[in-house]
Amino acid sequence: MEPLTRIQQQARPESMLLNMGPSHPAMHGTIRVMLELDAEKILNAEVEVGYLHRGFEKTCENKSYFNLLIYTDRLNYVSPLINNLGYCMTVEKMFGAQVPERAQLIRVLMSELSRISDHLTCLAAMAMESGAFTVFLYMMKAREYLWDTIEFTTGARMTTSYIRIGGVRTDLHADWRASLAMAVRETRKVLKDVSGLLDKNSIFVGRTRGVGIISREDALSYGWTGPGLRSTGIPYDVRKAHPYLLYDRLNFEVPVGEAGDNYDRYIVRMREMEQSLRILEQVAALIPDSAPLGPGPAVEPEEALRRSRTARAMEPVRLSPNLEGSEKARLAGLTCQEPPLAVPAKEETYTSMEGLISHFLFFMAGKGIRPPKGEAYFSVEGGNGELGFYIVSDGSDKPYRLHLRAPCFHLVAALEQLIKGRLIADVIPTFGSMNMIGGELDR
Amino acid sequence: MSGFDFLATRFETALGWGRKFSLFHYPFITACCGMEYMSTACAHFDIDRFGAGLTRFSPRQADLLLVVGTISHKLAPVLRTVYDQMLEPKWVIAFGACTVSGGIYQNYAVVQGIDRVIPVDVYIPGCPPRPEMVLDGLLKLQDKIQHQKQDWRWARKP
Amino acid sequence: MGQETLIDALRTQLGPALEGIADSFGDVVLLLRAESVRPALAALREAPFDYAMLLDLTCVDFAASEGRYELVYHLYSLSRNVRLRLKASVPAGHPSIATLVGLWKNAEWLEREVFDMFGVRFDGHPYLRRLLTYEGFEGHPLRKSYPWRLEQPRIPLKDDV
Repeated sequence: MEPLTRIQQQARPESMLLNMGPSHPAMHGTIRVMLELDAEKILNAEVEVGYLHRGFEKTCENKSYFNLLIYTDRLNYVSPLINNLGYCMTVEKMFGAQVPERAQLIRVLMSELSRISDHLTCLAAMAMESGAFTVFLYMMKAREYLWDTIEFTTGARMTTSYIRIGGVRTDLHADWRASLAMAVRETRKVLKDVSGLLDKNSIFVGRTRGVGIISREDALSYGWTGPGLRSTGIPYDVRKAHPYLLYDRLNFEVPVGEAGDNYDRYIVRMREMEQSLRILEQVAALIPDSAPLGPGPAVEPEEALRRSRTARAMEPVRLSPNLEGSEKARLAGLTCQEPPLAVPAKEETYTSMEGLISHFLFFMAGKGIRPPKGEAYFSVEGGNGELGFYIVSDGSDKPYRLHLRAPCFHLVAALEQLIKGRLIADVIPTFGSMNMIGGELDR
Repeated sequence: MSGFDFLATRFETALGWGRKFSLFHYPFITACCGMEYMSTACAHFDIDRFGAGLTRFSPRQADLLLVVGTISHKLAPVLRTVYDQMLEPKWVIAFGACTVSGGIYQNYAVVQGIDRVIPVDVYIPGCPPRPEMVLDGLLKLQDKIQHQKQDWRWARKP
Repeated sequence: MGQETLIDALRTQLGPALEGIADSFGDVVLLLRAESVRPALAALREAPFDYAMLLDLTCVDFAASEGRYELVYHLYSLSRNVRLRLKASVPAGHPSIATLVGLWKNAEWLEREVFDMFGVRFDGHPYLRRLLTYEGFEGHPLRKSYPWRLEQPRIPLKDDV
């Protein structure tokens, strides 16, 4: 028999204990909220997490730096590219590596696309659980256009593993400007529609305004960051406070709320999406069109292999379409060359012995990416706030310890306080406005 | 008894047709695959055109358990309870690589495939599977439901 | 205040509690004695240091190689926009340290997680219970001595005898 939880020990005999979750439509996956009720009023609450604990940190101690990138995708799975970014920048900090500018611009582009899809998903779920199903469908429609843009470049809609240590995997796809412009246009339309549906909607405002209020001192004491903290009026954004990538060159604002209630968190997210769209447009103007590699004197792979038996391949080799965008001619603009942190160019690998050896040395156990001994902490602005990675390296090819500073861990820690004294129906928009992502919360 | 057999097979066809086009699913969502589930259920890749669009949020009202996302050992008893609460006839779809086999996680915390906990009808691999794959899996389940046979031993004379 | 004045002020404030100051890829790291972590952090929370946020509290297992668990605290000062990392070591045989509950509200969950994953006890914690794993889970998963793939199922699984 399991020992009693705190709420069971403290419950009054005349009140009712209700269990919400862990499999509950409004629990965003897997959280268990145990409530002690007096009719609909919540007297006491206890939150139990850990139902999606997948052993991320332990797994990372057993995988090489290159291999564990796929696990970082699945942390905050609504904005996967931001997790990739945070992890890669922490490792690059340990190397002191400089990423080329084109790769930095592409990283900003991908980050903002992920941030918009994170906020879209959060607000869509919050609205749906409050009853506004139309908003959910509209926002999912906008998210599809964003994901299409991501998919044409990275190959996957969600868990992309696109941002690699040292740069990015491949160049943007050929007509990225058109698909990005369409995504931005459609998202703006959806934001306008949703704004019209929810901003002054008396039902939505009645359910969210004045509900789930947190004071500034409490928010700081809980370690809140991101839209949650900004809704209380504190304008802390890692992109502005500790600029990384090229955010100090871009023009954007950090929206803040006032009251720290659910409505303010909704408004802050809506405004942030608009700012992210602004950033996307600026970045799209900054990225130069890459020169088309063209048909040129490209040699077919079989021919190149045959020739390479007697002489080194001098002409560019026509690679498989799967590798389009990551040709050697592009690689210098997309990945850090010194120290060599990225997978070596495929033309070299397939046609020369040195290239083949360097390819193997990148992937073999015990070799490859080996940061110097020490520890580093780096944080980026995730969808929920400050997403930090703390890596302790012992000089080998596997991290000694990798810890994720999950922003929604601190958000959910405050849930018990926010719902005490309120009604059961208030739990839903409060929890929805926190944007709990199980992969990040439980690691 | 060919007359009876003819009626029995016609009845099975009709029953299968009725069941497969009116699936009420219970989305047991945990992790990243939930995002692809949301995409499948929404306007672009509508799951409602296959009749399975109505989400029932109680296992007692559902006949399809859609297990979406990683199941950890902490959650396994809950999954078992939810499955046991469903009424016959019930089907289970394992959505995503983590439910099929534990996916990329093979460690102390993750159940290596939900078929260790509950019986599964259709496995949809992918991490996460594209919505088209989910719909393909749903069609395979509908195929399976169509061809399920009833137990007619009670009607046959010994 | 600049980096140098900050370090001097910290040195003066913390006095004998401070065992060393290190630099790690550009970050300032303070090494403290385990007994003085709570008073030191309480002092750092007030003016003039003003570290209002406890960003993170985690642990690193050096039990096999050096016989200690190293607790790592990340603080952040909003008004001065600086981060700080503090580390304290507890012996592996008897890993316990004073709790930070009462200073910051998220310390409760952060310490529960460290207890769950490493087995470090926090004296004075009101509700030190496992957070991410479940009651009945034996061992502390993130310790190096815990096998990576050792599963402890809660209900009988199909292929297990």
